[in-house]
Amino acid sequence: MTASSAPTTAVAATLPEAGRSLKQKLARAERMNKLKSQLLILPLVLFILLVFVLPITSLLFKSVNNPEVVDAMPHTVKAISSWSGRALPPEAVYAAAAQDIQQAHDDQKLGDLGKRLNMEVAGYRSLLNKTARALPMDPAPKSYKEALTNLDERWGDPAYWQAIRRNTSTQTPFYLLAAMDHRVDDLGEISRSSPDQAIYLDIFTRTFWMSLVVTAIALALAYPLAYLLVNLPTRTSNLLMILVLLPFWTSVLVRVAAWIVLLQSGGLINSTMQWLGMIDHPLQLVFNRTGVYISMVHILLPFMILPIYSVMKGISPSYMKAAISLGCHPFASFWRVYFPQTVAGISAGALLVFILSIGYYITPALLGSPNDQMVSYFVAFYTNTSINWGMATALGGLLLAATMILYIVYNWLVGAKSLRLG
Amino acid sequence: MLNPTMSPIEKVWHYVLRITSGLTLLFLILPVLVIIPLSFNEGSFLVYPLTGFSFRWYQDLFSAPEWIRSLQNSMIVAPAATVLAMVLGTLASIGLTRGEFRGKGIIMFLLISPMVVPVVIVGVASYLFFAPLGMDNSYTTLILEHAALGVPFVIITVTATLQGYNHNLTRAAANLGASPITTFFRITLPLIAPGVISGALFAFATSFDEVVVTLFLAGPEQATLPRQMFSGIRENLSPTIAAAATLLIGFSILLLLTLEWLRGRSERLRTS
Repeated sequence: MTASSAPTTAVAATLPEAGRSLKQKLARAERMNKLKSQLLILPLVLFILLVFVLPITSLLFKSVNNPEVVDAMPHTVKAISSWSGRALPPEAVYAAAAQDIQQAHDDQKLGDLGKRLNMEVAGYRSLLNKTARALPMDPAPKSYKEALTNLDERWGDPAYWQAIRRNTSTQTPFYLLAAMDHRVDDLGEISRSSPDQAIYLDIFTRTFWMSLVVTAIALALAYPLAYLLVNLPTRTSNLLMILVLLPFWTSVLVRVAAWIVLLQSGGLINSTMQWLGMIDHPLQLVFNRTGVYISMVHILLPFMILPIYSVMKGISPSYMKAAISLGCHPFASFWRVYFPQTVAGISAGALLVFILSIGYYITPALLGSPNDQMVSYFVAFYTNTSINWGMATALGGLLLAATMILYIVYNWLVGAKSLRLG
Repeated sequence: MLNPTMSPIEKVWHYVLRITSGLTLLFLILPVLVIIPLSFNEGSFLVYPLTGFSFRWYQDLFSAPEWIRSLQNSMIVAPAATVLAMVLGTLASIGLTRGEFRGKGIIMFLLISPMVVPVVIVGVASYLFFAPLGMDNSYTTLILEHAALGVPFVIITVTATLQGYNHNLTRAAANLGASPITTFFRITLPLIAPGVISGALFAFATSFDEVVVTLFLAGPEQATLPRQMFSGIRENLSPTIAAAATLLIGFSILLLLTLEWLRGRSERLRTS
């Protein structure tokens, strides 16, 4: 008895200790495991941060970037800070401006400066060029205020000086406000842009409207097709699914080219309709809104069909059968029993299609008229054609914000990881 | 499906459903079908009816230096971007499915985002970022950006495959003395290969079809096949484009068949 009780107490004494160290070991192993998981993810996260997030973040900063005036007119910027903004600035500001314009001309900075100030007041560029040609004045005038105003009476207009005064900081809300059809007026308050510059809200509205139309058409076409595919025998539905997936895998440019061929005035669609006697003259189906809608729906339709199909695939047919056998009319049981179960698929597909639509560029650019271009087109236009990076990045930033909000909603509703492809 | 107990109105619905679905399928496949015969057409306009059979547009395609160059460029950029996306994406997917940890949702959100951010923004941002560094007009930068666009597809397909992966197999291998690297190459990778390959095919197709980022980032020297098609469509829609399109369609069919075969294989493995 005593012989056996001694080891028992010894075990009992060490057990809590052993238990604790085992727990610690387990916790440590768990931590190591987590660390290993995170180490596996790290290279990709760093990669995405470097080549994707960093460029986009710096794009967002460019939309408030405003270096031109501060860079080219350092003395004027300093001098103008003492001016109240009412009436005309004092002589010191005029003298500084003359000095700066001459220097900017010599340093080849006048072009950027003129371009920037021209956005504030039309005609500023020519005023600067004219002034630069007249400088330096020989002999140096007693009053630059008088001399400049004599050279061009616009220097006697406070609006031209207020434009400089608004840009004494290297950051500006100018582009972001302009992208929402607003501006800071002469009184320093936010007001609507002048009608000839207030074009961007219309472009945003058009982008959202076109995306909405594309989403609605895609849903109307996808829902019955997905329903049929789910209810057909597997062999047939797999075969028909290939007709959905093949265009999905075909290059977007191939499909755009094909739609031009099909929709042009001598194309297959028009000649078929004429042959059938449906129309007398060819319809304009491409290089307008119709062409953009047709090809966008075509490109995005699989993104609508696939999530709806996969949700419908998981719905047991016995619910509908039960409803019908309980005396519910087939249509009513479809609407009240089957349809509610597919809402998850509908919202996943519709959100995805809408998110992808608002960023479309290629299709409207190749198949639309100037009146069918969406926000992306103007981002590209201001980057490539009229080099105005402030406007390009401001429009891009707003488009990105809209996309991100929708993506967060999508993530919250559907979960990015439950995205299904093919 | 059609049974005698159906009321007349249900019968009507039955046919309406079939007809509208048939028209939708026709809508989907018509552009793909319509462009193929035109590439063999003798005439120099992209219109029906066809006038005669000829391979002249294929000869045109393969004798034009800019088309050959663009094909070569695509064959450099797309495989390189695919390998990069596949390697980084597979490792990350394994890390993401090994267990729960804080911030996993945000990381997933981040890694999928290249799929939803408008490509124009990616194009403009990467151009404005890399051009001052003298890194525009370079294959490397183009490959890096294309890889980033392909990453979400690898993550989605590989994590989905890993959901069905039995992690006890990894533990068993470790228990039997295999090093983590041996375990990965001899146990994990063969089992998740279908997911990895289909992710890679998606990444390849993304890069092979990408035009917007290329428009901003690549110089004439790096112009890829879609970039060449873009200028072709814009300037002069000739049957040469139909020939290029037909080749690309052939390529898509190949991709699709590979994918279907992989899916069938992994489904058989799962059910057996």
